[in-house]
Amino acid sequence: MNRFNSYREEALQKWDSQMVHSEIPVIYLGTASCGIAAGALDVLGTIQQTLTELGQPARIVQVGCIGPCYLEPIMDIAMPGGPRVSYTNVTPQKAKRILQANLTEGDLAPKMAKGHFGDEAFSSKTGIPKFFDLPMLKPQVRVILKNCGFIDPEDGDHYLAQDGYAGFLKVLEAGPQYALEALKESGLRGRGGAGFPAFKKWELARSAAGEQKYVVCNADEGDPGAFMNRALIESDPHAVLEGLLIAGYTVGASQGIIYVRAEYPLAVKRLRKAIGQMRSYGLLGDDILGSGFSFDINIKEGAGAFVCGEETALIASLEGKRGMPRPRPPFPSDSGYNGCPTLINNTETFGTVPAIMRNGGEWYQQFGVPGNYGTKTFSLVGKVKHTGLIEVPLGTSLRQVVEEVGGGTELPFKAVQTGGPLGGCLGASQLDTPITYEAMRDQGSIMGSGGLIVMDESTCIVDMARYFIGFALRESCGNCTPCRIGTRVLIDRLEKIIRGEGEPHDLEVMRKAADTMVKTSLCGLGQAASNPVTSSLNFFAAEYESHVHDHYCQAGVCKGLFQYVILAERCNGCGLCVKVCPANAIAGKLRETHTLDANLCTQCHACVEVCTKQAILSLPLSAEQDHLLLSEALQ
Amino acid sequence: MTILFTPELAEDLIDLTIFSRQPHQLIPILQYCQSQNGYISRETVRQIADYLGVSEAHVYGVASFYTQFRFERPGDHQVRICLGTACHVQGGEILSEEIQKIIGIRPGEISQDQKFEFHEVACLGCCAQAPVVEVDGRIYGKVTRRKLQKVLRDHESI
Ligand SMILES: Cc1cc2nc3c(=O)[nH]c(=O)nc-3n(C[C@H](O)[C@H](O)[C@H](O)COP(=O)(O)O)c2cc1C
Ligand code: FES
Repeated sequence: MNRFNSYREEALQKWDSQMVHSEIPVIYLGTASCGIAAGALDVLGTIQQTLTELGQPARIVQVGCIGPCYLEPIMDIAMPGGPRVSYTNVTPQKAKRILQANLTEGDLAPKMAKGHFGDEAFSSKTGIPKFFDLPMLKPQVRVILKNCGFIDPEDGDHYLAQDGYAGFLKVLEAGPQYALEALKESGLRGRGGAGFPAFKKWELARSAAGEQKYVVCNADEGDPGAFMNRALIESDPHAVLEGLLIAGYTVGASQGIIYVRAEYPLAVKRLRKAIGQMRSYGLLGDDILGSGFSFDINIKEGAGAFVCGEETALIASLEGKRGMPRPRPPFPSDSGYNGCPTLINNTETFGTVPAIMRNGGEWYQQFGVPGNYGTKTFSLVGKVKHTGLIEVPLGTSLRQVVEEVGGGTELPFKAVQTGGPLGGCLGASQLDTPITYEAMRDQGSIMGSGGLIVMDESTCIVDMARYFIGFALRESCGNCTPCRIGTRVLIDRLEKIIRGEGEPHDLEVMRKAADTMVKTSLCGLGQAASNPVTSSLNFFAAEYESHVHDHYCQAGVCKGLFQYVILAERCNGCGLCVKVCPANAIAGKLRETHTLDANLCTQCHACVEVCTKQAILSLPLSAEQDHLLLSEALQ
Repeated sequence: MTILFTPELAEDLIDLTIFSRQPHQLIPILQYCQSQNGYISRETVRQIADYLGVSEAHVYGVASFYTQFRFERPGDHQVRICLGTACHVQGGEILSEEIQKIIGIRPGEISQDQKFEFHEVACLGCCAQAPVVEVDGRIYGKVTRRKLQKVLRDHESI
């Protein structure tokens, strides 16, 4: 214990001298996967090179994801004595200019700065707003993401300096009963989707009979369009590991397992590193900190199967089998991995536990609403202006998330898909729904693990339904008939509608198939796979009908169910579309209205992408260039 | 789906003794073999089955369940387009068609000269940067047709 305290002392001193009161400039660069995808590694190269050229010492700290991914790459500079200032959408050239200005000219380059982490006085002095006052960040709170973007995820000392493992120490001191009480009081519910109270699961696992028990962290995150778990692990791996450690101690397990999705190599690398650091701090192994508690953590990499996110399938996969779900009961808390009592929680659930243990259950109740306490992270993506990783208190309305945090959409809003491929599509009239497990379910969707995909008028609802069913069809393990055949029935009908051959009774057939799947499928995949179809049939009936009756896809997605027409009123004759059209279907001189030959057009969408005036519309096939229709479309 | 095994080579033989002989080690062993050889050959299946004392059918049954495992020698450059939900909404399919045009193969195929291999995948975890393309393990975000051509060209000339 004394050893650990001295590690913590050292970490605090290091944090203070190297980060808070550094004598040389500190340069922060977000290098989680999202930053890297936006080009952060190129920026990193430039930073290193520029520092060498300038002959200036500075400390480069690679941090995780701070949230607003649409602003990546994000580079921050904290000059000695000054606050950290953020520069966004940084290119190598821009990085060089910013560094030169800051390091050699003492100029903050406020025009290029997006926000800072200092006080009011700094804002009024420089005209740079506070970073957390940006419209995307203002409505957010940071409990789970507290450290993300602030610490170096590969440096365990950084985590220690942020009260790291204080939650575990508290539980060691106060005992497992304290952990269960705190969890109960906090009201924390499983963040993997179903929202089962965490304390109940922990209590079941603790009271289950058995010498050998396991705790498993579900980081399979198969929901396409969701990346909360990846971002958390890449940005603050120790938070998840501390949660797992606390769980192991509380339920009496000696082995923890993290099941990570195959597509997340960086997350795996950072977990490996962090586990090594835990070991050197004495937080893993035999008789941890002299408590008599022994525990170890293993990483298992998934092998690419969505259904393995389902807990019984995940266990089968851990055991080296095909990842097929099995009926429950028995629940994993009675009979899980190798037949032993096993506690399975989602990554975010574990990631929340340390804060609750440190601060107590009551503290957690200040966030959220009764029955749905706390915060939840979401991956806000699709057609919103501000895409990224967000954290809001439960009970926040979808509208606030889409319009305030997300900054709304460029074209008119159409729908938001929550809960991933097993969730539902909610329309504009449902935007005032508060985000709680119950309210989302009552609206015909689910909370899910946190994917929020926003769609606008250029997204076709029928095409989205086909997309989700196609996903479920490929990922269905084939074990039970309703899921295997049901997804096939649905996709056949949806494809028929998309080809323009839909008939009214197809919609009936789809409803029936969906109903059967819900009632008779073996696992959560089959039971929920039809959700995107049912919810969109309910809330976007008109769009289905226009596909079926008029053979018209207004969004301009279903090929053959619309024609592109250039709207003379909007076209400024810039020639961009003429240039990109691979079929030579667009003609027109510069600064003269262009025309599009529907017979040559392959509907490849290239012209729509380049047109800055939104002058290319998708009109029904039957409509000649009728002016009345055009002006209708305009509205 | 039919899966063809490519002819085995001597290099396919792998030292498995770093793993314990327990059935739950099957997936990590498969992952290890694939990381060594780039794919799972028939010979590898035989060797694993021997080592763990299970049938070849069992090894193959597990391996073929997971999309990660492949049974053919990979192409030189791995091109993957994300068609996860966010990338689908942002026009991933259109980019996929563009890639197919540029490198001349369809999803799941390897080009004749072994240079490119192309796959459609569901979510690379960079959804906020959609649409996303991955080439040889490097992820590119907010990909446009023009950026795509540049990226592919850069990788081809490596
Ligand atoms: C098809 C299917 C996929 C799932 N995928 C995930 C997943 O990727 N991550 C996850 O944490 N839970 C997933 N779940 C839920 C898990 O079965 C389980 O409920 C969860 O891991 C429990 O953790 P929690 O109580 O902390 O939410 C999935 C469930 C189903 C039916
Ligand atoms: S949907 Fe493409 S990266 Fe997630």
